[in-house]
Parts: sequence; structure tokens; C-alpha cells
Amino acid sequence: MGSELAFYLFAAVAVVASLLVIAQRNPIYSVLLLIASFGALSGLYVLLDAPFVAVIQIVVYAGAIMVLFLFVVMLLNAPHEETEYDERVHPLLQAGPLRFGAFLAAALMVELVWALTKGGGEAGGFPGRSVSSVKEIGRLLFTEYSFPFEVTSILILVAMVGAVVLARRETP
Amino acid sequence: MITVNHYLVLSAILFAIGTAGVFVRRNLITILLSIEIMLNAVNLTFVAFGRALGAADGQIIVFFVMTVAAAEAAVGLAIVIALFRHRESLNPDTFTALKW
Repeated sequence: MGSELAFYLFAAVAVVASLLVIAQRNPIYSVLLLIASFGALSGLYVLLDAPFVAVIQIVVYAGAIMVLFLFVVMLLNAPHEETEYDERVHPLLQAGPLRFGAFLAAALMVELVWALTKGGGEAGGFPGRSVSSVKEIGRLLFTEYSFPFEVTSILILVAMVGAVVLARRETP
Repeated sequence: MITVNHYLVLSAILFAIGTAGVFVRRNLITILLSIEIMLNAVNLTFVAFGRALGAADGQIIVFFVMTVAAAEAAVGLAIVIALFRHRESLNPDTFTALKW
């Protein structure tokens, strides 16, 4: 019963925080709310018996990526920037297109939920054995997945060089 | 009893929220944040299925998705900074140079 309650609590926090992320006008609040959403997701990973993923969710996502976002938001001084355009004349912000977009998102959600609940599937919780040991993950990462792991390092190198080149000021 | 379907439904809801955010918001940074919400919804699916199948592969895929998300955030934010220097704006509607 306790884990059930925890699931609904974390799920509610994640959904509400994500909804508020896209409802905010000020990007700083969006970033901070997304950190709350990631914290709730980390709790869900703990419930799923995946402590490694829960920890890197906090360390990498909330700790590194979101701080990068926050840094850029504050660097660009963006909050006052968003109101520069006139909302009344923007074609996508009229009542009709907004309602249409909300309808499309709701339709996507209803279809996904219907498809998932319709499929039946196992109703008796999680039958498989739990793989919660970091040792097992590390072993797989360096044996079966060693090639993707090495490719990942190249990806990070390329992203690093690309970010430096893109964000450089163009003064020779 | 919490089953795989509970996690899948939650993941679907989060993904729909992320999709709506990409279409509704007119701010490049909020659009990138919505993409992060979508990536996290997919991560939750991977972990739930990995737990249901008793395999560690789901968690390893999440590791790779997080790496790609970090690279995407770094490059995406660098592009946002470069665009902001050019146009002094974060509104995607102002970047129409490639529009035919």
C-alpha cells in the first residue's frame, strides 16, 4: 500500500510540475519547476528498483543539464524578452489555433491511454526479477554495450567542440 | 497494485504535455525544456519495461538517452545564444531566414 501511495504522489507531482512548466511565461520558473518534476521522476525510478538511474537523474539531469539551462536563461536575461511580440496579432495565439492545439494534445493523450489500458497485458504487477545492482549495469555497459559506450564518448566530444564553436563571439 | 500500465499511462501523459509545450510556447528555451520532458517520459517507459522484463538493458538505454540529452542541451543552448546575439530575441517566429 505504501508504494502505491508513493507512486500516485510522485506521479501527481511530476504531471503538475510538467504542466506548470509549459504554463509559465518566465523561463526561470519553468526551469525550476522542471527540476521538481525530475525529482519526482527520480522517486519513481526508486520505486521501480532502479537506484542507479534515480541517482544519475538527480546528478546529471537536475544537477548538470538544468543548471546549464538556468545559466543560459540568466545570461540572456530572457524574462522581459518574451513580451516583445504582440500576442493579439500572432496567428498561432488566436483562440481557434490554441483550442485546436489543445485538442490535438488531448487527443494524443486519450489515444495513448486508451491503447495502453485496452491492451490488457499483465495485471499482476512486475513479474520479472529485479535488476537493481550497479555492478550488473556496469558489467553490461563494458561488455555487451561497450561499442555504444565508446561512441558516446565521441558524441560528447563532438557536442563539446560544437558548443564552443557555436557560442564563440565572432571577433577575430 | 501498481502495474506496468500505470507507468506507461503516466509516461504517455508526460509525453503529451511535452508535445503540447513544443507547440504552445513561443520561447526557444521553453521549447527545449518541453523536449526534455518528452525524453524523460521515454526514459520512464524504458525503466518500467526493463523492470517488467527483469533485464538491466532498459537502464542502460536510459544512460545513453541521458548522454544524448546532455549533448543536445549543450549544442541547442549554444545555438540559442548565437541566435540571440543575431536577433536579440528568443521568439522562434523571428528566425525566418531559411523560410521560402
